[in-house]
Amino acid sequence: MKILVLAKQVPDTATQVKISSNPRAIETAGVTWIVSPYDEFALEEALRIKEKRQGTEVVAVSLGPDRVKETIRSCLAMGADRAIHLNDPAWADADTLTTARALAAVIKQEAPDLVLTGRQAIDDDMGAVTAQVAEILGWPCASWIMEEAIADDGKTVRAGRQVEGGLEIFDLPLPAVLSAQKGLNEPRYPTLKGIMGAKKKEIRDVKAGDLGLAAEPPQLSLLTLEALPPRPPGRVIPGEVKEAVRELVKALREEAKVV
Amino acid sequence: MASIRLTLTDEQRALKAGVADICKRYPGEYWRELDAKREYPEAFVNELTKAGYLAALIPHEYGGAGLGVTEGSLILETIHENGGNAAACHAQMYIMGTLLRHGSEAQKRTYLPKIATGELRLQAFGVTEPDAGSDTTKLKTTAVRSGDRYVVNGRKMFISRVLQSDLMLLLARTTPVDQVKRRTEGLSVFLVDIRDLKGFEVRPLRMMMNHSTNALFFDDVEIPADSLIGHEGKGFSYILDGMNAERILVASESLGDGRWFVEKAVQYSGHRVIFGKAIGANQGVQFPIAKSHTAVEAATLMRDKAAALFDAGEACGAEANMAKYLAAEAAWEAGNACIDCHGGYGYAEEFDIERKFRECRLYKTAPINNNLVLAYVGEHVLGMPRSY
Repeated sequence: MKILVLAKQVPDTATQVKISSNPRAIETAGVTWIVSPYDEFALEEALRIKEKRQGTEVVAVSLGPDRVKETIRSCLAMGADRAIHLNDPAWADADTLTTARALAAVIKQEAPDLVLTGRQAIDDDMGAVTAQVAEILGWPCASWIMEEAIADDGKTVRAGRQVEGGLEIFDLPLPAVLSAQKGLNEPRYPTLKGIMGAKKKEIRDVKAGDLGLAAEPPQLSLLTLEALPPRPPGRVIPGEVKEAVRELVKALREEAKVV
Repeated sequence: MASIRLTLTDEQRALKAGVADICKRYPGEYWRELDAKREYPEAFVNELTKAGYLAALIPHEYGGAGLGVTEGSLILETIHENGGNAAACHAQMYIMGTLLRHGSEAQKRTYLPKIATGELRLQAFGVTEPDAGSDTTKLKTTAVRSGDRYVVNGRKMFISRVLQSDLMLLLARTTPVDQVKRRTEGLSVFLVDIRDLKGFEVRPLRMMMNHSTNALFFDDVEIPADSLIGHEGKGFSYILDGMNAERILVASESLGDGRWFVEKAVQYSGHRVIFGKAIGANQGVQFPIAKSHTAVEAATLMRDKAAALFDAGEACGAEANMAKYLAAEAAWEAGNACIDCHGGYGYAEEFDIERKFRECRLYKTAPINNNLVLAYVGEHVLGMPRSY
């Protein structure tokens, strides 16, 4: 069985994101980059399938500039067998559809049995690529999955996806696309040997031309980024508890209009 | 020829990130709670072991990662940089060096693969005694050959992690001092299985910091003769050549402490507003922090030099000692700057600073006192008269 894991490089959750002098981009200097946590769940799940099913190959796929190599190496250190790096200036302004087209083209080349990815990347939180990839490929798709089980014959997968208050269980014929929700698993750490061995694994660089994709302007163009307005300071209501509570309730009702 | 790299390789950066990832799951609260109870960081050490970091220096053929002291240093430094304390387990990384360099092939095959997986813990090193500290050759513990066994009698002091070890490296006198030409002769090293040892008593000592330290008593303790490492009587030289690695690795922990203190101080002094401005804007607060950073960076260069020489198999005694000295002093100064800028909060347990402050102080004293480093530099590097 072959599994492709789509992983995106994103700023570390602890990073204080600042808008750069170009108002359409964030300041990347000093940013620590990580694998988007939901994509890590996807990779972990792929590795668990590999442990259960002999002969399974896990391939990590990531799109982005040179710095993405580091993310790819993290995936290889965790246990992916090899990786594909979609790296082309033509994708610098890629919107989700352009990204999905590039990924779908690679998926077609590789012809995996399963594509796993995170439910969304934690940078721009679009959450669109999974469904777009499945749509382009014409493959079934289940998003936000909390559990999965591939049938012994490798022909179908049973996926439980999170819905309000419970799980929705689907059977999907393979090949299919699944996106991971938090709770699917607890990702492993790369081991020291994994980290040191990552260098020896293959990373295939792919350009837009290699996929036969013509350059196309993104359908979605980013106009500007705006920082959130600074949070107004809190207000302390002094005095006796009874009166203070009365005043608080009044403020919540009349000023904040939340009760 | 050895050369220093000024930037980390991709693997080294990934290695630091991997260690930092583990450390993030063990925040200040974890260490604080253990410190209050003087308990061993079992969960943290297990996780680090499982990920293979403590087997960094064990060669591939014995199940380790086959890396150098440079990488070992980065691992320990990263733990301290992230607020942890690698003192609980650093010895698992390097004590095996004596076994690796001087043990028989059979001993290596028996123990190293299990040390690499963590199935066996070798992180206790019995050298110091109540009456023999830096003056090691004065140690009084004896091991007397009797048939296929040695009989050990004596006391050891300040021996750490004995209760968290399966094996201990032991230095004892096998030939009385009046029967050898030089005091450094007649000492032997044993790899002792301490899991079920008759006549062996361990008394935990409550210390300033959580360091699992003990006093040991040997009362006619019998150990198999094949516990001996290398040749009888040559133990002192075996111990000495492991000390450079230890000093470089311990220096790395100090460097991590120093960075942690500086980072804390920068964060706090940038946000704490007194008299209408952030206290970090005052030179009296800012300069000690800047000075500490400068000292940590300088000590890092000496550590890098020592590690590069060690990994290239070149002499590094001077550099390893100077790195340990510079790093311990830099961390201590950084700790002081950090406490000073935090005022009362620097002493509050929940800020972790007082804990790190206690922990980092150790490295001015152990594994060798900084005064003895200066004595070494004066005598052996500069050729001055022996001062002690």
